[in-house]
This record gives sequence, structure tokens and C-alpha cells, in this order.
Amino acid sequence: MTKVNGKTEAVTGLNIAEIVEKFGYNPARVAVELNGAIVPKARYAETVVKENDTLEVVSFVGGG
Amino acid sequence: MIPSKEDFFNALAAKHGSELQKKFAAASVAVCGAGGLGSNIAIALARAGVGRLKIIDFDKIEVTNLNRQQYFADQIGLFKAQALKENLFKIAPYCEVTAEVTKITEENVTSLLKGFPIVCEAFDKAEAKAMLVNAILENMPETYLVAGSGMASLNPANLIKTRKITDRFYLCGDFTNDVDAGTGLFGARVLVCAAHQAHTVLRIIAGEFEV
Repeated sequence: MTKVNGKTEAVTGLNIAEIVEKFGYNPARVAVELNGAIVPKARYAETVVKENDTLEVVSFVGGG
Repeated sequence: MIPSKEDFFNALAAKHGSELQKKFAAASVAVCGAGGLGSNIAIALARAGVGRLKIIDFDKIEVTNLNRQQYFADQIGLFKAQALKENLFKIAPYCEVTAEVTKITEENVTSLLKGFPIVCEAFDKAEAKAMLVNAILENMPETYLVAGSGMASLNPANLIKTRKITDRFYLCGDFTNDVDAGTGLFGARVLVCAAHQAHTVLRIIAGEFEV
């Protein structure tokens, strides 16, 4: 059971870059945490999500 | 006649308690961006008696800012960081404020924020927010980061919340309403988000880490 932003999703085996794209996020607007730790942007393509991982994709919106 | 530093401390200690006020007075907070979020965050922190603030912003004040940003009509055209420093001095003359007229980039972020264990992200553009948050979380793991995302539109103020994303990363806002959607940016709602951020900072200083 892999969770993305609190919901169970079929993303096991995908890397972070693929997941960001799959859910339609703009890569320039996100910060991604895997099991509570930030995933450096440079490692999105090489970081593969495993079974039981918890992923949080924070997608920023404009205004301030 | 402006009261003494001790008078200010005692007045705040009467409201907050002396032990907590000592913590606020000893705290250093950096505010990245001095617009609707940053100017309101900085003023709230200065009023609470936070000892040291660093304001970083490259922009100048425009008439379109005055619906939500803490500047005066006669300050249009001035650099926000410098104008905010002046305004903070009028409110809290013993708060040590550094104004930096600089654009924050991935390259300079670590040196600009060195010595500030708590940082507020208060930019307006989503890409800039993401850049700062990633840079701090990747390179400054000891820093507490309080960011804002989603305060545009006339939607209910009650949708604005504080979430704790990781041990040191808090996010305030409704996380959804983008200024680019054209639904407007209302001063009171921006202020709600700024207040969430400022209050989260005060709680962190107090050693209260839950939301």
C-alpha cells in the first residue's frame, strides 16, 4: 500500500519524476517528501517508490 | 516619547509571560519576500517582541500592493525591504531588523539565511516558493521553514490552515487557490495566511511543534 498525499495509489516501481508527471504536477512548482524526508530535485529520476512508502507531493500555488 | 527597551519587554512579558518573552527576544527569524505575506508576518513578529528579523526582497512598492501589503501611499517606489524596515522601526524600535534588497536564488540562499534558524517563505510566485523550499530542505536540514501556499480568492477564510509536512517544514494556506486563476487576491484573506505563518513561528520559538 503506497500512499501519495494520503491516498493509496498504484505507484510502486515508478520513480518520482514519473509520479509527478502521472498526477499532472508542474515539476517546477513541487517539493517532494518520501517517508518524511525531502527528495532532492536532482534525484527524482533515480528515486523509485517501494511498497509501503509514503509520498507527499507539495504543489505550490501563486499569491502572496 | 518612545518607551525604553525594558518598558517594551515588560509590557510584552505581561501579555506573554516573562520566560516566553525571553525566548521571543532571543529569536532570529528571516522573512523571504516582503509582500502581502512577508510584510504582515514581519509586523506580527516584531509586535510580539521577536529580537532579530531579516527581510529579503528585491522588489519596489507599487500602488497595486496597498490592498494587502503593510506600506503607506507615500512609500510607493521605494524598495519593500527598506520601507518595511522603516515601518518596523516605528512599531518596534528595539527589534534588530536587517533589510536585504536581493533576489534569493539557489546559489545565494544558504549564505543569505545563515544564522537564522527559522525562515518564512513569503514569495508570490509558485516557482519561487518551490525553489526556496527545496533549497532549504535540501541544504539546511536544521532550519525550521514556514511556507505559504493558497490564499487567493474570496473563498472562506476558514479554508486556510497550517499543516506540518515534515519535522521542520510547515505549510500554511488553502493549498489550492492560485492567484493565476484570476479569482483575485483579498487583503484580509492574505492576512489570515500571514497570521498562520507568524503564529506558527511563535509556536516554534516557544517549543510547541504540533499544529
